[in-house]
Amino acid sequence: MAAPIIRIDSITKRYGPLTVLDGLSMEVLPGEKLALIGPSGSGKTTILRILMTLETISGGHIEVDGEQLYHMPRNGGLVPADERYLHRMREKIGMVFQHFNLFPHKCVLDNVTLAPMLTKGVAKAEAEKRAMELLDMVGMADKAKSMPAQLSGGQKQRVAIARALALSPKIMLFDEVTSALDPELVEEVLNVMRKLAAETDMTMLLVTHEMGFAHDFADRVLFFDRGKIVEEGKPDDIFRHPRQERTQTFLRKILAAGHRL
Amino acid sequence: MEWDWNFVWQIMPTLLEGLKITILATALGAALAAVIGLVFAILRMTAPKPLARATSFVVEFIRGTPLLVQLYFIFYVLPDIGIRLPALLAGVIGLGLHYGTYAAEVYRAGIENVPRGQWEAAKATNLTGRQTWIHVILPQALPPMIPALANYLIAMFKETPLLSAITVLELMNQAKSVANSSYRYIEPMTLVGVFFLIMSLISVVFLRFLEERYARVEER
Repeated sequence: MAAPIIRIDSITKRYGPLTVLDGLSMEVLPGEKLALIGPSGSGKTTILRILMTLETISGGHIEVDGEQLYHMPRNGGLVPADERYLHRMREKIGMVFQHFNLFPHKCVLDNVTLAPMLTKGVAKAEAEKRAMELLDMVGMADKAKSMPAQLSGGQKQRVAIARALALSPKIMLFDEVTSALDPELVEEVLNVMRKLAAETDMTMLLVTHEMGFAHDFADRVLFFDRGKIVEEGKPDDIFRHPRQERTQTFLRKILAAGHRL
Repeated sequence: MEWDWNFVWQIMPTLLEGLKITILATALGAALAAVIGLVFAILRMTAPKPLARATSFVVEFIRGTPLLVQLYFIFYVLPDIGIRLPALLAGVIGLGLHYGTYAAEVYRAGIENVPRGQWEAAKATNLTGRQTWIHVILPQALPPMIPALANYLIAMFKETPLLSAITVLELMNQAKSVANSSYRYIEPMTLVGVFFLIMSLISVVFLRFLEERYARVEER
């Protein structure tokens, strides 16, 4: 079996008196598609944000692609990572946000080319060629010159996916990427993600409330509650035969709320 | 006392000389204020705590004291510690510092209005701090600030007569000197007022144009 690409070792995250993650450990294999589900406030989004270095951790260690994420080796020991080290580690990871966070002052094409040109020194022509390929893949090539405000939510999110892919990360994080969308726009984004899963061997972590999609998309499902992994397993086992009572309760509630499986 | 057109034409060249200096001082002062304001704002928002606090203190200190006092200080007190500045330069520094503190507040509000998600997207696409400021944050923060900054520009313009107190030969000072030597005040002072009024009106029209233009950008 291949070595894990992500190894989370008993991390803790506290906001003041509130403990969001409590000694959490998990591993992700290269190429694995992981769905993180659970009630809001259970810590699943925090995991993604920590992996993207948008948060700090209060304790524990994370290894990404064989290297420490928040600590760097020095004099035989580990010290907290400095900004330069984090910058290098972030190359391995891309993220798509619930609220897209496109750069509103730049057209679609420039949203996708900005980071490769600035962070990897890719020439403009080459960056644009690659960007057009990615926009084509997400079905947004004809909107390359549009401004974000002219796009629907689903279109924005597809551009955001292309923007993250432009940096060729090994790991992609999807944080509730369809939660802010009108229902009729959800499917176009999910289709792009299905395509991505089928065509690439990227490792993907997905926080979602779309249980049906999580079931089809994921190799493994983790159910989070109160900062801990309560249950994990193959999608069929988690969704059809949950063993833990908290998982059963959660699924019953979310299905009653009208989510399909 | 009767209005004397001959006298008007006689003093016009001198007053226009003064107007040139007034406009020059305003332009340089505004440029300096724009830069100083940005430095103040970024220091207050991103510098380590002691430096950020020191910046806040300086900003509050400058804002809490009259421009006239600051001008006297720069021009008449600094020479005591060996810093001798030409009058115009001292005036420009005074205007720039004073209005820089107001600009800093405008910048701060504008920067804080950029949503947190933009910072996060910049980080997630691995931009450095510098790149984030230059390519993501400032291009979004600056356009909505322009009307507020232009307002301060007009206010600064109308405060330039204070520079006459430190011997800068701007419009007010020239008018005073022709008035003092001829004992005729009505023409020079009326002309000063008219010049300021014309310039302000032009600025206001320009400001309306900016407001409309950038209001549209925000809707984009």
